[in-house]
Amino acid sequence: MKRNNLILYGALLVFGLLAPFLFPAFKLQISFMWILVILALTWDVQGGQMGYNTFGNILFFGIGMYICASTQIGLFFPLEEWTASGGEKTFLHTPSQYFLGLSAGLVLAGIVPVVVAALIGYGILGLRGHYFAICTLGLGIAAGELAGGIEIIGAGQGMTAPPWPKGIGDTEFRSEFFYFLTFITMLATFTFLRWAYQRRFGLVLNAIRDNEDKAEAMGIHTMRYKILGWMVSAFFVGIAGGLVGNMVGYIEPTEIAFAGATYGVFMILMAILGGKGTLWGPVIGAMVFHIFKEGFWTFFLGWQYVALGVLIVVIVIFFPEGIMGWLREKFPERFGEVVDEADRKAQVVLK
Amino acid sequence: MDLLIFQVPILMVQASLDGALLGILFALIAYGMALQWGVMNIINIAQGEMVILGGYIAYTMYVMGIHPAYGVIVSPIIMYFIGWLLYKLVINRVVDRDLFISILATFGISILTQQLMNFIFGADVVVAQSNFGTTLLFDDMVTLPNAKIFSALVGIIFAIGLVLYMKKSKLGRAIRATSQNARAAKILGIDTERVYAATFGINAALCGVAGALISITFTLHPYVGLPYTVRSFMIVIIAGLGNLPGVALSGMGLGVFEEFSDYILGTEFRIGSVFTLLVLILVYRRFRLSRKREYLE
Repeated sequence: MKRNNLILYGALLVFGLLAPFLFPAFKLQISFMWILVILALTWDVQGGQMGYNTFGNILFFGIGMYICASTQIGLFFPLEEWTASGGEKTFLHTPSQYFLGLSAGLVLAGIVPVVVAALIGYGILGLRGHYFAICTLGLGIAAGELAGGIEIIGAGQGMTAPPWPKGIGDTEFRSEFFYFLTFITMLATFTFLRWAYQRRFGLVLNAIRDNEDKAEAMGIHTMRYKILGWMVSAFFVGIAGGLVGNMVGYIEPTEIAFAGATYGVFMILMAILGGKGTLWGPVIGAMVFHIFKEGFWTFFLGWQYVALGVLIVVIVIFFPEGIMGWLREKFPERFGEVVDEADRKAQVVLK
Repeated sequence: MDLLIFQVPILMVQASLDGALLGILFALIAYGMALQWGVMNIINIAQGEMVILGGYIAYTMYVMGIHPAYGVIVSPIIMYFIGWLLYKLVINRVVDRDLFISILATFGISILTQQLMNFIFGADVVVAQSNFGTTLLFDDMVTLPNAKIFSALVGIIFAIGLVLYMKKSKLGRAIRATSQNARAAKILGIDTERVYAATFGINAALCGVAGALISITFTLHPYVGLPYTVRSFMIVIIAGLGNLPGVALSGMGLGVFEEFSDYILGTEFRIGSVFTLLVLILVYRRFRLSRKREYLE
């Protein structure tokens, strides 16, 4: 059990560190895979561990993206003129300005969504079941529509993120830099969640999922933990958003930042595909989904969203337990479950 | 900001009338959603896409040279079978499952339908011309397209017809019995599977009527389905399941709200204001309900 885990962690770490040199052509794709892993892991805090199926975590993704880019620009140049100039770069960051702006931007991209989550959490997380699901769906889309009307961040046209400064390496170096940044963020998310799930935090979240009223009757302040869980998700999703904004280089309100139809659905789908409510499930689900997406999207040229729709329906109907659930059914011993041989045989006879 | 609506108060009459007539269509869609929510306990995210699909059926007739108003007869018939097929393919596998499964499955259907409509009908905004002319009121200050009046009347006729059907017919009684207690209905010999399929079909047919009416009064676009889903969801939670006058009133209220927000905030915030209103209503509802709860402080 323990040794298996060590091998898994080691394999992930080695792959993550060597991937940009082994597959230099796929650096950007693999960085996006780490982003998707972050999204799936953080969705699972609500959807899997807490039993609150949110469609709205994309809200923090978009906020993080806009906050990061605005900070990077606003620290050194007037933001209004930047967005007004559109694609033409009249302002250029020096390398020191760029990295100072990026670090400040990423920190704020984590903090601002946390504050937003804390502010709206009390109202939103009091909803249950489908009311919560629809409310968060509305939240994500409302944010995208409203961001499309705000002039200073480019309104519907969107804005550009600062370009890579001249004088420190080429585009190869840039993609390596962002690769390791996303990989480190993913590792931090994973390690933090692994640590948190082993603490009281994880137990309380599972208690809320299993029976919230009973958990409250046992004296747990469920609302505090629900908000705390949302803040944790918001923090990492916000940073992921800030990174994606810089990697894509162009921020558009409804297609990239508050992209409910792409990242917003992907994160749910990946967590369910991998197996929600487990630590490794979202990681595996995100990797499988990303490889499938990158491998087959090109064959469906133009039809990829049709394929996505079919995929959602098929996964949800025929595969709701996910890969981890399937593995658990196949090899219960590996998951530390005690299997009674006689019992198992009796079940076979019953069939 | 130049708020034209406050400088020219007659615009308020215009907005209210427009909104109320549009709201009747929203109420029709919401009635379908309430029906299947009450009977099958499913929230259909693809509701709006069904509306748009029904609209495109009427639009196709218009392109073929038939007057789009006949769409209110053709579109529900086609949509009934599409709904029935959808039930047999997908929905019957999620009826008894966790609510989130059905929400996600219908969300998948919604994405699928959007994209298929995009391929078949193109991504342009289209409208079917009805050539019904306009009515002028208050010394020509308020213009009212006759198509809107026509669509509101047709909507009311269909709603009344459906209510009567649910009250009097055998299938209607079976549907109401199933919604009260599915197990007991099954024991008494009602084929609940057939009832579910019929309910989903009727809902789709209602969406077809609403869509055909929207195609002549409003615009169609493959990606504007979700706002209709959200509007009908909003109307249902304000009015409650099975409260028909409430559905009609809150539908009209929502229509008026949208027209006013159009004038005050601008058209680019129309969809945004709908979704924001949804969040606000749900949060308000949560606080109102939580006052009745007793906490263990």
